[in-house]
Amino acid sequence: MCDTCGCGNSDGITIRKPGEKETGEIHQHIHVHEHDHDGIKHSHQHEHHHIHSDGHDHHHQNDINEYNDQYGEHKHFHSKELIVEQDILSKNNLLAERNRGFFEAKHILALNLVSSPGSGKTSLLEKTIRYLRKEIKFFVIEGDQQTMNDANRIHSAGAPVVQINTGNGCHLDSDMVNKAIKELNVENNSVLMIENVGNLICPSLFDLGEAIRIVIMSTTEGEDKPLKYPTMFQSSHFCIINKTDLLPYLDFDIEKAKQYGRQVNHHLKFFELSVKTGAGMDNWYEWLKEQTKMIK
Amino acid sequence: MHELSIVMNIIEIAEENAKKANASVIVEIELDIGKQAGIVIEALEFAIESAKKGTMLENAKFIINEIPALARCASCSYEFETDDLFTPCPECNNPFSDIFRGKELKVKSLKVE
Repeated sequence: MCDTCGCGNSDGITIRKPGEKETGEIHQHIHVHEHDHDGIKHSHQHEHHHIHSDGHDHHHQNDINEYNDQYGEHKHFHSKELIVEQDILSKNNLLAERNRGFFEAKHILALNLVSSPGSGKTSLLEKTIRYLRKEIKFFVIEGDQQTMNDANRIHSAGAPVVQINTGNGCHLDSDMVNKAIKELNVENNSVLMIENVGNLICPSLFDLGEAIRIVIMSTTEGEDKPLKYPTMFQSSHFCIINKTDLLPYLDFDIEKAKQYGRQVNHHLKFFELSVKTGAGMDNWYEWLKEQTKMIK
Repeated sequence: MHELSIVMNIIEIAEENAKKANASVIVEIELDIGKQAGIVIEALEFAIESAKKGTMLENAKFIINEIPALARCASCSYEFETDDLFTPCPECNNPFSDIFRGKELKVKSLKVE
């Protein structure tokens, strides 16, 4: 089963470049249980000595008594307390930090683009790559359940790209990104765009090692989107409101949308643009160029 | 969302720590789950029931500490408990605040034999 999201064995996670056949699959199953711990001497944070499985230890150390008294419970016999204090998502977060270190060392600006399906992430990337590729080296990681469609579009726009297909999985995690960047051979002084799976809930929990997380919403999605999906807006640094060209046909109050966004995350900064018509794109291009200068 | 995969990670962490201590059975496990961690406790408990079978946690008692979310007002620094991410400050009514507690997702301790 997949280490992070529990997807089934039969749907392998694959990482492919455009043009690669199915046989280019890399099965990504990291098995959950590792069992080799023979004769390890570990010092725990508490004072208990080890209780060997072949003997019986009836001594209660003071720590156990204190713990039990505090919790109103007293377990006799052979139980001993282990202080663990381990973050449940620690595996993902540790690898995310390694990714982050890698990006920093190589002056790679890594952006994690999140949104509902259909807000315009891929279109934004296509247009941005076409416009800026002479000035900026782009590398792209695409995430979808199935198909190479998005990767093919990015490939046509002229940037190196790999497609991660998550199968039953609903988000990208740091391990997938770690493997993808090795496939991609991301260069120094470049911008890595990670287009996450279209999903406004699950990706918010998973740090990929990005420098900046950008949530994209479109005018067709209703201005109360940030209130309905606060976790994603809270965990993002920037918000792009796309499809402003449709405003005349919609009951979408853009100022209210920004207000709701700031209510959930007062650090949030906004871009308002239309990928289709190009309105507002200059601000986005300028910002991107500024960011790349800052990481050199 | 993801309660089952969270439980799988919990089992992995618990078994790893128990085995390091040469224990064969986990009697009790204590978890810190923040109210703003994005986890539904009922769904977590439901997932635990099925996922723990056949593992070292099969007969363990689960203690789940629900950590309330605390926010600090961006304007007056007043700290208050909150159920959501957009309650205005009860002191000064400023709508902007930062959550600094309540997102925990942690295996706190184990009791093993």
